[in-house]
Amino acid sequence: MEATGPTVEHSLEMLKAEAMLTAPVAASDYLIVLPVLVCFLFGAGILMMRKRVDRQAYVAIPGLVLLFALDVAVLVKVAAEGPWTMMMGGWKPPFGIAFTIDMMGALFLAVSGFVALACGIYAVASVSPTERRYGFFPFMFLMMGGVSGAFLTGDVFNLYVWFEVLLIGSFGLLILGSRHEQLDGATKYCFLNLVGTTLFLIATGYLYGVFGTLNMADIAIKAAAMQNDSAVYTIGALYLASLSLKAAAFPLHFWLPASYHTPRFVVSALFAGLLTKVGVYALIRLLLMLFPAEHAGLAPVIGWIAGLTMMVGALGALAQSDLRRLLNYTVVSGIGTIMAGLALPQVAAVMVAQAGPAGELAAAAATQAGALQTGLSGSIYYALHSIVVMTALYLTAGVASSLAGSSSLALMGGLWRRTPLLAALMLVFLFAVSGLPPFSGFWPKVALVRATIVADMPWLAAAILVSGFLLTVASARVFALAFWRPVPETDIPASAGAASSPAGHPAVPAPGLYGAMSLLPLLGLAVFVLAAGVWPEWLARLTDVAAAGVIDPSAYLSSVFGGAP
Amino acid sequence: METVLSVAVACLFAAAVYLITSRRIIRMLLGVVLLGNAVNLLIFTAGRVGPAAPPIIPGNLSVPASLIANPLPQALILTAIVISFSFFAFLLVLTYRTYEDLETDNTDEMRLAEPENEGLPPLGY
Repeated sequence: MEATGPTVEHSLEMLKAEAMLTAPVAASDYLIVLPVLVCFLFGAGILMMRKRVDRQAYVAIPGLVLLFALDVAVLVKVAAEGPWTMMMGGWKPPFGIAFTIDMMGALFLAVSGFVALACGIYAVASVSPTERRYGFFPFMFLMMGGVSGAFLTGDVFNLYVWFEVLLIGSFGLLILGSRHEQLDGATKYCFLNLVGTTLFLIATGYLYGVFGTLNMADIAIKAAAMQNDSAVYTIGALYLASLSLKAAAFPLHFWLPASYHTPRFVVSALFAGLLTKVGVYALIRLLLMLFPAEHAGLAPVIGWIAGLTMMVGALGALAQSDLRRLLNYTVVSGIGTIMAGLALPQVAAVMVAQAGPAGELAAAAATQAGALQTGLSGSIYYALHSIVVMTALYLTAGVASSLAGSSSLALMGGLWRRTPLLAALMLVFLFAVSGLPPFSGFWPKVALVRATIVADMPWLAAAILVSGFLLTVASARVFALAFWRPVPETDIPASAGAASSPAGHPAVPAPGLYGAMSLLPLLGLAVFVLAAGVWPEWLARLTDVAAAGVIDPSAYLSSVFGGAP
Repeated sequence: METVLSVAVACLFAAAVYLITSRRIIRMLLGVVLLGNAVNLLIFTAGRVGPAAPPIIPGNLSVPASLIANPLPQALILTAIVISFSFFAFLLVLTYRTYEDLETDNTDEMRLAEPENEGLPPLGY
């Protein structure tokens, strides 16, 4: 920091006017902090109800409804007015800490609130009083606070802090119950995720060293001025490594299948839906929006990572004999598909200009730039679909295996006869996750395949299609074995089935409330899956805006810097 | 000064990576602590090592009178220290509980979440 010396005639008021906002913050701007605030307030409130376990749900569900309502309000405001920013403490950027929300963040925020509400309702009947006393709902709100904060923040260091907040909440949820498998899985999860966030912090340290600022909009402007700098490449590669670990992309995905099947089904569902997608969100935000030039250089690497992640996930899913571990690999495969959109090359404006008279080349470059827009829109669409579908699959698997008394595919069976509604829901979600029409996974895959072919990456398009086919086979196997076939001959006593099941859930579920409370969120999630599959236009229009906002962040920048960046 | 600090950061990173690749959880834990400290030192160095003058502006001036220390890296490090310390505390308890329950701190022997000989998935019915 250079001191200008006392000779410069600056009055205190002038300095203040340069560094601080003089106009009061509009009341509607406070909406941007409310999702985080609500999470922490309700989390703390429910923590105080430690001894009133039976009443926790009466506070938690309204809290989640409020959170979802606020998230939707944020989305509506962003859709109407474009990105908007609130600077903390009245400091002007880049001095203060910014909360900035654009279309991509708002979409992720709204869907995460939706999924959290579904999980909360499901948890009412399925989480035992002991686990509630140990703080299921407070941990859940704490984690949601971290997730919402990560989607809302406009500051890289704060992104690190929100990652840690959601991580500590997820540690608490993961270990709830302290069974041996959970301890084993949690140890691996904790160490690897901690190393991942430390890598993120290393990159952030270098980022501060290079740019001298941590505000995302400020960095985006400064990075555009210094293209293809080797230091920025290093930072980009470090972010790619750390966020790939967070998102469980090949080859850093091994912690996910080792840990996600150990906690309660509802916890697995929440994790599978949200945690890896926060990593992908940060990857899109940091690599594509902040360092577009360096992203173009890293794109082939991301392409290979995406293709291998898809294939490893799909093949891993085929090889599993346990329903939940199969779903773990499906999560990994979905991450690969989302990253495929990020692998498309960004055609720099320079290249289009150079083409000049050779109009053909310029046209080719223009279609390739369009490919990134299509692909990224497909990626964001697929990420939103994946959040909902993975949560729904784990929740359905939870009901199914508590009915069957086990989550091993060798022991499950005959569920179609017992609960046709559950089987139909499972079929919907399995179709959606393997990308078959008319469900939500189909259209983003079409967009991604088209974009990868236009961008001249047919092998990536092939990876998307082949992994989709393999996932269809894996899904068909789940349905055939667990639902369609009669109860297996080697029927073991219900008590033994419960003991062998990794969740340790009761073999005989309590009817009535349990069934209603678990089916209600499943129906809600199925409505989204159907709506996004049959009428994709409404969501596609929003993700198009989101993708355009990331590729050309001028609206984002002017919202931070107030008109003139 | 920056060179000395950079070398120190490199040594800490090397030791941390060596420890984290160990098979024993307790060594991995020490590696994580070293890694946290290495990153803090890295942020400090990345924020330019300046004069030791405190970032205080005298009452009769509106800008600092001379070169002052950069307070931002220190604020970042403070946050990072608090977070990494709390994580270390959590991991220590988790490791101890794991050691008590599974009676091993060797990660090769911790195969409960991913059993080694699981058998093939059902191939037909």
